[in-house]
Amino acid sequence: MSAAADDAILRVENLQTWFELGSRVAKSVDDVSFTVGRGRTVAVVGESGSGKSVTSLSIMRLLAPPGRIVGGRILYRTATGEEIDLARLPESRMRGVRGREIAMIFQEPMTSLNPLYTVGDQVMEMIRLHEPVSAGEARARARRMLELVEIPAAERRLDDYPHQMSGGMRQRAMIALALACNPRVLIADEPTTALDVTIQAQVLDLLRRLQAELGMSIIFVTHNLGVVAEIAHEVVVMYAGRVVEAAAVNDLFDRQRHPYTKGLLACIPRPGMRRDEVDGQVRLTPIPGTVPSVTALPTGCSFAPRCPLAVAKCEEPPPLIPAAPGHLSRCWRHEDV
Amino acid sequence: MSAAPKSAPADVLLSVQGLTKTFDVRGGLVRAVDDVSFDVRRGTIVGLVGESGSGKTTIGRTVLRLVEPSGGKIVYDGVDIAALPEGAMRAYRRRMQIVFQDPYSSLNPRMRIEDIIGEAIDTHGLARGSARRDRIADLLARVGLAPEHARRFPHEFSGGQRQRIGIARALAVEPEFIVADEPVSALDVSVQAQVLNLIQDLQQAFGLTLLFIAHDLSVVEYLCDEVVVLYLGRVMERGPSRQVYAAPRHPYTQALLSAAPVPDPRAPRNRVVLQGDIPSPINPPSGCVFRTRCPSAAAACAEVVPPLDGVGPSHAVACIRKDEPDVLARIHPAAGGPTRSSP
Ligand SMILES: Nc1ncnc2c1ncn2[C@@H]1O[C@H](COP(=O)(O)OP(=O)(O)O)[C@@H](O)[C@H]1O
Ligand SMILES: Nc1ncnc2c1ncn2[C@@H]1O[C@H](COP(=O)(O)OP(=O)(O)O)[C@@H](O)[C@H]1O
Ligand code: SF4
Ligand SMILES: [Mg+2]
Ligand SMILES: [Mg+2]
Repeated sequence: MSAAADDAILRVENLQTWFELGSRVAKSVDDVSFTVGRGRTVAVVGESGSGKSVTSLSIMRLLAPPGRIVGGRILYRTATGEEIDLARLPESRMRGVRGREIAMIFQEPMTSLNPLYTVGDQVMEMIRLHEPVSAGEARARARRMLELVEIPAAERRLDDYPHQMSGGMRQRAMIALALACNPRVLIADEPTTALDVTIQAQVLDLLRRLQAELGMSIIFVTHNLGVVAEIAHEVVVMYAGRVVEAAAVNDLFDRQRHPYTKGLLACIPRPGMRRDEVDGQVRLTPIPGTVPSVTALPTGCSFAPRCPLAVAKCEEPPPLIPAAPGHLSRCWRHEDV
Repeated sequence: MSAAPKSAPADVLLSVQGLTKTFDVRGGLVRAVDDVSFDVRRGTIVGLVGESGSGKTTIGRTVLRLVEPSGGKIVYDGVDIAALPEGAMRAYRRRMQIVFQDPYSSLNPRMRIEDIIGEAIDTHGLARGSARRDRIADLLARVGLAPEHARRFPHEFSGGQRQRIGIARALAVEPEFIVADEPVSALDVSVQAQVLNLIQDLQQAFGLTLLFIAHDLSVVEYLCDEVVVLYLGRVMERGPSRQVYAAPRHPYTQALLSAAPVPDPRAPRNRVVLQGDIPSPINPPSGCVFRTRCPSAAAACAEVVPPLDGVGPSHAVACIRKDEPDVLARIHPAAGGPTRSSP
């Protein structure tokens, strides 16, 4: 990844998060590495079940048993320059990181918002949990947060319960809550997936603006390559619990170095593309088959059963290696992609 | 008042004319579909696009009389079926089928695949015994599944496979017309392409006519010959997809297309940003329903419901300001059509 190590705020190294389900083990995240630079947006993209949410929850240390980080490091550089491994941080210290240093937003706003309290109370509580401020000061800051996320009539909206807000507005309220303590890293797990495109466009614009103003780093989880192209500086492509490709956004879209990424892009109709373009015979090029179960992964390359380039060598697991400067690929045949 | 398509010419299989559907809900009356008109020609695919709540599903179901219309005509093969008694509807039911969005809830979990597909065959008395078995095997093969899948239950299949089963069920009665309500929206991208190709192939093989409902704009552009753009139950714009996508004339279509993310980080961005949320369908804005979010709205927009006026061959737009310079300027904000805003 292009962020130099000293500019990195978060480095995930060989993360493994497994779910032990009786005799079976779901290796939901198995050897995931990426780096998030200061003020940068890293998009984590992959289809459902590829391990994006488990990666996010691992960083936040919000995994529910039987989910467990079994290996790797999550190195977070604090404001004082010290690097701490979140994978091993005691829960008592993690509470000071969660929400204050690293915050998270979700696809469904009600994952973060409590239906029983007003939006204002929730933002105020978040602020007072981490900072010794008076109730009046907390309320003023909560109002400024709602203004920051462009909720109209912020003062009045403070006293709204979540259900009194529209879907788009709740999404903004959740963002306000996450940003209440000015975190240095925001993890956004599919924050626009359930939204209509015009509202999605508003939320993407908002996140870009907030990043420019507040300078936070963003890990943006999505399955939508269009959204990736819009929001990311760097991209991490996941497949079956592993990073299969990682590069700066332009490099990735200019030239894919893993057959899966290339295949995914070929699945999406582009603007201007029509099935009857050439004698009624344009077709999409789907990836055959389906994603393997993380409890029964192929022994070699996880993508091999669906890969058009697979050869005998692919029965051995390929390492994630540079295929070009700053461009990683987990493919034996990355030169032939 | 929309310009209802004139009496349907012979190549029109379905002509929806002034279709309206209201629902009584607590707090008032929802105008889910309001004076919607469009034609579907034989052997073509017409796309219905619009954000959630714009009335797409209600139109699809009303056209099939799975939901009773509150007003308007549904002229199918020359006959208005909007008020046809159920007995007379039966013959049409076999000719028109639906594929649902959710591949999980749309198949009865307690039925084997052969019975799910066979049910429709039995209802219409189309085949028995070995002929029925052969037909089911043939349908499974058509949608890319194996004969042994017939004995299995829905939970044994992935989302994409279930959608194939849903398509096989729809095809079982040899329909000529299918409403596909977001058939690929719940699927992963790689599987979505498989199912889109299947739909494309089957449409050609059987000469099917399709009403294809989607919120993914590039899927509709790719698949559909014509497109109907809906907002709050009303048609904003309709026309040949090629024209509507290359030169959108309605401010809403312009905004919608410019908001759709494109998988190209180097694409120029000239986004038409819409403020605010979609208003409640219980209290839709007066005049043009889009005016509260429209970047070109003027006072007159609150006064009259804009008629759906022709702007080209079978291309119509419901906007009283469609010929104003600011609206025209948004047709091609950058070379190549509507694009996105700068980062
Ligand atoms: N609580 C859990 N118990 C067992 N397996 C889980 C649990 N949570 C996630 N998984 C599995 O881990 C894999 C990755 O899940 P997830 O990170 O949610 O995927 P994504 O967010 O990319 O769609 C999936 O196969 C999922 O079934
Ligand atoms: N059975 C129903 N009862 C009450 N309101 C309904 C019903 N079905 C749909 N609606 C309302 O009608 C409008 C259009 O809904 P729908 O056709 O499902 O839109 P779309 O498919 O475009 O998302 C929405 O406001 C929805 O809430
Ligand atoms: S390692 Fe082999 S199977 Fe895996 S993506 Fe590369 S070519 Fe395909
Ligand atoms: Mg997820
Ligand atoms: Mg719908």
